[in-house]
Amino acid sequence: MRRIDAIAVVAETADASNALVVCNLGYPSRELFFVGDRAENFYMLGSMGLASSIALGLSLALPERRVIAIDGDGSVLMNLGTLATIASFASSNYLLVVLDNRVYGSTGCQPTCTSRCTDLAAVARGAGVRDVRVASSEEELRMSLSGSGVVVAIVEPGNADVPVIPLSPEEILSRFMERAFPRVRRS
Amino acid sequence: MPAELRPSERIYRGMKSAGIDLVASVPCVNLQELLCLLSSDPDIIHIPVTREEEGIGVCAGAYMGGRSPAIAMQNSGLGNSINALASLNMLYGIPVLMVISHRGTPGERLVGQIPMGRLTEPLLNTMGIKFFRPRPHEAEEIIENAWRLAVNERRPVAVLLDIQFWEGR
Repeated sequence: MRRIDAIAVVAETADASNALVVCNLGYPSRELFFVGDRAENFYMLGSMGLASSIALGLSLALPERRVIAIDGDGSVLMNLGTLATIASFASSNYLLVVLDNRVYGSTGCQPTCTSRCTDLAAVARGAGVRDVRVASSEEELRMSLSGSGVVVAIVEPGNADVPVIPLSPEEILSRFMERAFPRVRRS
Repeated sequence: MPAELRPSERIYRGMKSAGIDLVASVPCVNLQELLCLLSSDPDIIHIPVTREEEGIGVCAGAYMGGRSPAIAMQNSGLGNSINALASLNMLYGIPVLMVISHRGTPGERLVGQIPMGRLTEPLLNTMGIKFFRPRPHEAEEIIENAWRLAVNERRPVAVLLDIQFWEGR
């Protein structure tokens, strides 16, 4: 499964369930923008490793809203403690999808430890996450997205040839917050 | 005459006055009473995180979802948070209140706290992050104002609480 196809499956599910999406920086965000831009997508431009944490904060702030984090193996490895925090504090409205292509894809495909021996699904289980699924095809991925917890999707290395996101950080944030919670509730 | 408020109670009251309703934390011995107060408040979501940078991410997400977030941590955690503060909060314009136990200040007994103790203010200055050093009697008001400043300027703002502060001085 190509990563952009996996992202398209997640985007489709997110759209159908009116979910908020926090997407990892680099090509994954560009691919998500290309296959299905929505104001409900928060595209990261920096702070590598924090997609799952930002999504956790969102899901705690908005317990009635579904929140999906799209992360990568390299980024999760940079913030492994997040899995323990998710296990302890995430609610049923939270889903972390780790697209594991076994490389740092946006920087030239240098291998990560999942290319050798690290099993992120096992790490998530060991951290205490009760609901962990592994998906190797688009169909398996589609099925696995219905619940909460963590999904590890095995994808091929490589980036799609997609343009840079033509939005400023302020635009990404303001249109996202407009959809995340109504203006009338803001102080 | 009513008993004087303890330093931790003053911080807690400042955070309540500011409307802080989600706190990520990494402990410091000086924060223990504050963390207990936060945990026992039903109107505050308290998430103990594994690393300060992770907490900055949780706070950013909480703000995006309409909450008023703060992180409680030791100044060592500032070092762990710099990239997130710059390329998340400052890039997008996301406020966060940082309640920081400032170790390595006069009275410190652990040599390992000295380097980051000395670097804390220079790091904040370099990043252009405004900070306050309240004495106990002014902590409540300053914390409330610090959060208001963070929201108005859409930036992180820090409150540094040195060793003497926790001794009530």
